[in-house]
Amino acid sequence: MTITFDKLRLTQGEFTLSADLEIEEGHKIALLGPSGGGKSTLLSALAGFKTPETGRILWRGEDITGTHPAQRPVTLLFQDHNLFPHLSVAQNIGLGLRPDLRLSEAEHTTVERALARVGLEAQGAKRPAELSGGQQQRVAIARALLRDKPVLMLDEPFAALGPALKLEMLELVAEITEAARATLLMVTHQPEDAIHISDQTLLIAEGEAHPPVDTKTLMANPPEVLQRYLGRPPS
Amino acid sequence: MFSPLRAAFIGCITSIGLSATLAGIAHAQDKPVLTVYTYDSFVTDWGPGPQVEKAFEATCDCDLQLINAGDGAALLSRLQLEGARSDADVVLGLDTNLTARAKATGLFAKLSPAPSGLDLPVEWSDDTFAPYDWGYFAFVYDNTKLKDVPGSFKELIEADENLKIVIQDPRSSTPGLGLLMWVQAAYPNKSAHIWESLAPRILTVTKGWSEAYGMFLEGEADMVLSYTTSPAYHIIAEEDHTKSAASFEEGHYMQIEVAGKLAATDQPELADQFLNFMTTDAFQSIIPTTNWMYPAKFPDAGLPEGFEQLITPEDSLIFSDAEVEAIREDALAEWLTALSQ
Amino acid sequence: MADRAQPVVPGRKGLLSRPSLFKTLAGSAALLVVLLLTIGTVVAVASQATAGRGFTLADWAAIRFTVIQALLSATLSVALAIPTARALARRRFWGRQVMVALLGAPFILPAIVAVLGIVSIWGRSGLISGGLTALGLAPLNIYGFSGVVLAHVFFNLPLATRLILQGWMTIPAEHFRLAAELGFTSRDVNRQLERPMLRAAVPGAFLLVFLLCLTSFAVALSLGGGPRATTIELAIYQALRFDFDLSKAALLSILQFALCTATAGATLALAKPTAFSIGLDHPPARWDGTEPGTRVFDTVLLLTVALFLFAPLGSVVLRGLPPMFSLPPQIWPALLNSLLITIPAALLATVLALALAALITDMARRSKAAALLEAIGFLALAASPFVIGTGLFVLLNPVIDPFKLALPITIAVNATMSLPFALRILLPALQRAEDHYGRLGASLGMTGLTLFRIAIWPRIKRAAGFAAGLSAALSMGDLGVIALFAPPDFATLPLTMYRLMAAYQMEAAAGAALLLVGTSLALFWAFDRGGRLDHHIR
Repeated sequence: MTITFDKLRLTQGEFTLSADLEIEEGHKIALLGPSGGGKSTLLSALAGFKTPETGRILWRGEDITGTHPAQRPVTLLFQDHNLFPHLSVAQNIGLGLRPDLRLSEAEHTTVERALARVGLEAQGAKRPAELSGGQQQRVAIARALLRDKPVLMLDEPFAALGPALKLEMLELVAEITEAARATLLMVTHQPEDAIHISDQTLLIAEGEAHPPVDTKTLMANPPEVLQRYLGRPPS
Repeated sequence: MFSPLRAAFIGCITSIGLSATLAGIAHAQDKPVLTVYTYDSFVTDWGPGPQVEKAFEATCDCDLQLINAGDGAALLSRLQLEGARSDADVVLGLDTNLTARAKATGLFAKLSPAPSGLDLPVEWSDDTFAPYDWGYFAFVYDNTKLKDVPGSFKELIEADENLKIVIQDPRSSTPGLGLLMWVQAAYPNKSAHIWESLAPRILTVTKGWSEAYGMFLEGEADMVLSYTTSPAYHIIAEEDHTKSAASFEEGHYMQIEVAGKLAATDQPELADQFLNFMTTDAFQSIIPTTNWMYPAKFPDAGLPEGFEQLITPEDSLIFSDAEVEAIREDALAEWLTALSQ
Repeated sequence: MADRAQPVVPGRKGLLSRPSLFKTLAGSAALLVVLLLTIGTVVAVASQATAGRGFTLADWAAIRFTVIQALLSATLSVALAIPTARALARRRFWGRQVMVALLGAPFILPAIVAVLGIVSIWGRSGLISGGLTALGLAPLNIYGFSGVVLAHVFFNLPLATRLILQGWMTIPAEHFRLAAELGFTSRDVNRQLERPMLRAAVPGAFLLVFLLCLTSFAVALSLGGGPRATTIELAIYQALRFDFDLSKAALLSILQFALCTATAGATLALAKPTAFSIGLDHPPARWDGTEPGTRVFDTVLLLTVALFLFAPLGSVVLRGLPPMFSLPPQIWPALLNSLLITIPAALLATVLALALAALITDMARRSKAAALLEAIGFLALAASPFVIGTGLFVLLNPVIDPFKLALPITIAVNATMSLPFALRILLPALQRAEDHYGRLGASLGMTGLTLFRIAIWPRIKRAAGFAAGLSAALSMGDLGVIALFAPPDFATLPLTMYRLMAAYQMEAAAGAALLLVGTSLALFWAFDRGGRLDHHIR
């Protein structure tokens, strides 16, 4: 039960990222590394928005390198643009069930429940613009909940939120993924986040993605590249 | 950093400057100026204008200014709008469809002397306007393609159902109006019937002569309404002998193009001089191969080679300008009704 | 930084509480130019009128024919343009850029050239009839109502496609990404994203096409097969030229303006602005439309449209190519004159449109005043060139010889004639830019020109380039008032082309036509491209 990046090479202009690693499912994995290091690029590739130059992506042994984004076992929450501003909150969530929004009574109830689950009871009729930034991302989480994919990926959707709110959101996400026995992949450049929520950390720096290792072990004994990023003098 | 938008902006400023200069250039000559209003195709490089200007200026010690003031009715409208303030001394390019209305404006002076010795197939007795060229309307066809050439309106009506003609709208075109009058002149009491019978032969009606002639040359129609002199262009300029005009038994309607002197001119003598020059060899010899019409007074050297191959209608049809004025509205209504069914 | 969507709720006022003095002045000046050249010239013509005769039965028939053919032509053009634009928006194929660029071509063909091009394919002696007769079938006969509609679709389908394609570009790439993530089918993309966009873009496109067809004259008559195809414009021409009935010409003009205003009111009321957020200008990669059915549909559609549009163009090129190398020397000064008119006219049109758009943007959105200004922006399309020419003459002649002002007059008239297009393109772009970035800019302390230069202009540059390009192409091909006011020794390229035709030189004219089309396209391309240079905005 693994996700495999098999000799993957991704290029974007001058920048190249290589990844040759395996991810065990069921973990909560932080993607840690400097800005512009390729964290989002890796997630985009897994989600199907970026075509690798060479290499393959395998899901439980099956090649999904060329699969359409919607057919992949992942949900990706972006930094922003997770919602359609011209649709209501409930409609935005409903899209996770049926993209044509022809929802049955039961499905409407499911949407309501998902809203409640993220603490937005009775807000379904509002437009995203009427919600706060944090509430907007809750809507996106509610939708991810309904999509029920084995892998949830967070591309810093909470970056614009305050520390307390961010923590709250991360905990909500952790709770949801645990309940669904899903795998969580989250981009962060804050080691505290990684320590707080993840059990494994995948280091991405200087154009290379390193295989995930146990977060506590990593932080206790950071390799040189991590030390440079963290700004700590080598001990 | 090159930016096309910026470059365009600079271009814009430059051209505004240029246009200001253009407007500012006054005609700083001491010579008297004779202003002649005429139509566009007369003044172009392919029309008689440039040669006429050169020839007249060689004799008059003046500056002849040929101004494009619109064709046909537009020319007259322009004069009416300008009234007595007009710069025009002479107007060249009206035809007999318009002269009655032109005279009614009271803007024109009588000719002195009236033109004489003209080579027109009809009597000319107008004391306000002098003709400078004329022609016959006719249907032009490709003699390599059309074998059973209709020799009359009757034969045209009875021709093969695939034979199609293209004509011009009398509301917007001189030949179009000419055809309207032609049918009136040939069949004074049966014109409505003729138009109804002709309708199936008419492929389409165009705004102007160019559209119709272009469609004919494309092979879209078998015949096009034009002039008996049209083949002369193809013969002389292109050495192409495939275009002919069909000779119609009923006779051919004429167009006579005329010029007149404005009553409010500040150059009355010069205007007379120009109108007299108009019927001299120097002017008349320019006409056939630039305006592709018959000169009003044949040059001493005769018509250019090629003109002898043209058809010469036996009957020349033309209404007096007063008659045109009296019948044209009813004729148009009849035409509209017949072709709108 | 993250640029979060900040849509302003429609109905609220824009960024500033009221239009600034500068915007008010500039906008009013633009308004004045439009009103002067449209209503002003009609009033001038009417002022010269003696008692006229009022409308006849034939006039009513012309009015009915005009409206019916314009409605049908506009409906067909837009109905075909929607799937065509969709296919162009979601497909990437070799030659796509060229196809999009060439979409500008049919629209700028002078009427006479277009008629000959259409006839060479669809006419009695055209390509299709040739094939039919070879098979022993009867040749096509397009002359009549079908010919008029065919020609108008040929002219306007490409324009409508470009305008609607512009609408597709307003859907941010991020929305398509999210749609892909959520597994939207083409149908879902259509329902959730494209329909709201079309609701905003289609009414404007329909209106433009309708107005263009409303004022058609030479094309409608030539392919209409006879006086049944009399349009209001021809009736105006007849009133001015055949009847010399100025009061009727003025009446018909006013009727044309009324039709324009009514249609503008109806369509603009239908238009519903979208609430799409603004993306980060990623190239709009697309993951939808992968179903085999839609692939086949798009391919067949694009091929058909390409054939329909480019076959007549091909014949224009084929006919014009041989004489291109032996063009008469008069062509070159004419070309230069045309450029001297076209480039300033295009810039003036863009500036006028911008001034008007800025004023409209600052007014309460969807207020009556804003709608009225927008409708006035369209008036020029309903203006008859003959009435403009006559009216200008009446207005100017007592003051100055209009011929001395031929160049500035032509520039001003051409700019005003292109204004409706430029405004249609610029207004939505400016409104989006103001909504999303005006506030950001203002919060950074930018005001006035700085705000415009830094926050607004980069966002509308692309639309401005498109607007200027279209205006340039339009005024390049327009015979317009220069035919009425051309001083001696002054000709533009279209005028020279018509003169060559009048002098029997049809071949040289075909060469001139090709040069005209080529130059128009080049200008269009240069301006359109100018809007994209130095910027990563796609």
